Amino acid sequence: MLAEHLRTKQREREILLMTHIVMGYPSFEDSLRVVEAMVEAGVEIMELQIPFSEPIADGPVILHANQRSLQAGSSVEKCLEFGEEVAKRFDIPFLLMSYYNILFKYGVDAFTKRMAEAGLAGAIVPDLPPEEADEYLAAMAAHDLSPVFILSPRTTDERMAQISKVTQGLVYCVARKGVTGQETSFSDELDGYLTRCRAATDLPLALGFGVKDRADVDFLRGRADLAVIGTQTIRVVEEEGVEGVKPFIEGLRPPRSS
Amino acid sequence: MAEPGYYGQFGGSFIPEILVATFEELVLAFEEAKADPEFWNTYKKLMGSYSCRPTPLTYAENLTRHFGGARIYIKREDLNHTGAHKANNVMGQGLLVKRMGKGRVIAETGAGQHGVATATMAAKFGFDCTIYMGEVDVQRQRPNVFWMERLGATVVPVTEGTRTLKDAINEAFRDWVSAMDDTHYVLGTACGPHPFPEMVTWFQSIIGQEARRQVLEETGRLPARVYACVGGGSNAMGIFSGFLEDDVELVGVEAGGRGLETGAHAARLASSDASLGVAQGYKTFFLQDDDGQMKETHSVAAGLDYVGVSPILSHLKESGRVRFAAATDKEVVDALSLTIRKEGLIPALESAHGFVQAFKEAPALSHDDVIVINQSGRGDKDIFTVADAFEDPSWKQFIRDKAEEYDAG
Repeated sequence: MLAEHLRTKQREREILLMTHIVMGYPSFEDSLRVVEAMVEAGVEIMELQIPFSEPIADGPVILHANQRSLQAGSSVEKCLEFGEEVAKRFDIPFLLMSYYNILFKYGVDAFTKRMAEAGLAGAIVPDLPPEEADEYLAAMAAHDLSPVFILSPRTTDERMAQISKVTQGLVYCVARKGVTGQETSFSDELDGYLTRCRAATDLPLALGFGVKDRADVDFLRGRADLAVIGTQTIRVVEEEGVEGVKPFIEGLRPPRSS
Repeated sequence: MAEPGYYGQFGGSFIPEILVATFEELVLAFEEAKADPEFWNTYKKLMGSYSCRPTPLTYAENLTRHFGGARIYIKREDLNHTGAHKANNVMGQGLLVKRMGKGRVIAETGAGQHGVATATMAAKFGFDCTIYMGEVDVQRQRPNVFWMERLGATVVPVTEGTRTLKDAINEAFRDWVSAMDDTHYVLGTACGPHPFPEMVTWFQSIIGQEARRQVLEETGRLPARVYACVGGGSNAMGIFSGFLEDDVELVGVEAGGRGLETGAHAARLASSDASLGVAQGYKTFFLQDDDGQMKETHSVAAGLDYVGVSPILSHLKESGRVRFAAATDKEVVDALSLTIRKEGLIPALESAHGFVQAFKEAPALSHDDVIVINQSGRGDKDIFTVADAFEDPSWKQFIRDKAEEYDAG
């Protein structure tokens, strides 16, 4: 199970890294090289985003990546094939991330079946709140996949408790209001929010939105279980090319002591 | 039995977690306002003193004679302040914003009418205002941008995606998830997550309530048919809601663009090109590809150029209560031209879609029959598009002269 796997990994590293790519951006070849670089740099888990034409929760950087991937001829089928390829090739869990219409149009049950066959661990669907998720939850359970739900600083304690009942594998904690790729203040306020998240669930907590450098990851040590690096790796690829990915990821944590 | 916010299988609230609390607050504020008769009275009074309500129902005598069939009546939403039915929705939401104690509004706009209406409302109520508008629409609706800016709004051209209405909606959502504490998103049509479809329909139902009363007073009978254009569907829901319980045929007219066979249109319910999907927070028919990616749409009328449609209208189509048709760009320009000449009325290009279908059907009805067309907005905003369509040489010369004058200055 995903949660146990992550707990095991935590015995090796105090804070785990979850990274994010938009599949097919800038090309599937480059996406593969980025995944390879991230795995080599020691990332413990990855989100693979299937691009969508209306990614309402994503900021400008990931939005562009979505659009460029689609313009370059990305399709849901190609993304699923890509997911299958990397899941076979690399020994870390992969989560699919996309918007609900991608699953809905494919057929929720058929989509999850395909995910399971591809060896993927679970999915994050940011525009699917638990209230609308009955079909999805049943299909994910039937195929032994982890549906990862999101908490936000505005989520009440009561709702956090409700969400923790349906989420599996880990809980994705959005650090602040807004979309991906903006500044986040790593402060006491964030600390208080993570304490509330921690009280709501025993699952590993992944903190995302605005994590961009070593200082941010250091702040999260002891507060969250995973740091999610999304927009920043896309920026690195754009500015330094695929070659920049490995040193960037390696620089986020102190080297392994052993 | 039905979930709140669902209309048959359509509707719902597919929103990011960060917005859940905001929507809970909005649903509560709306339900309280709806249950408070004083709120509706305040709204009606405001619309009476600020926006020319009730708008008249005009007998189109010359068009009636021209077609020789049903008696044609036109509900004059173009006479609202700012020139369209959009005023009904924004002033209603403005009162709600006051009730919720927020100080900033954001909106998206296609044709610009909703943007102008929202900017006007913000000026009147003293709210800060930001309007998102697709870059393509900014270009084709420049005069409306001019007015929004004069009204104190910040107009943000959206350069993402197809650079039209759907992309402006996405940008407005992005703004909202950062600023929901003090900001209300004045969604412009009967689409989006619950409670927007119901809330916008409620404010627009003032059109149907008036139209039903007026047509009975004027003709002593209910109309045989009621026609309205359908982009998101707010003016259609507004007028239809007055006749839903009656034996009146309701006809929604979508943008047929260059023709349904060309794929360059925005007919979600009148064509077989759309399919069920979930985007922009709700479930309805969308023009999308097999992967679920939204397609580009086309219409001569920016306000109809939208990939989704009100979930309530999708339900009314599925239940057979509303019939849908599509009008091509060319038919629209012809109907507009005829209406201007015969009646001295200038409907918006959006509204003219409803006229096209009414004109097609009026001759086959008897003079005992009455039909009502909702003229949802006025057409002077479309002067550039219409002048292009008519290829008016003196207009082009005027624009050239004006440009030279600016260059010289």
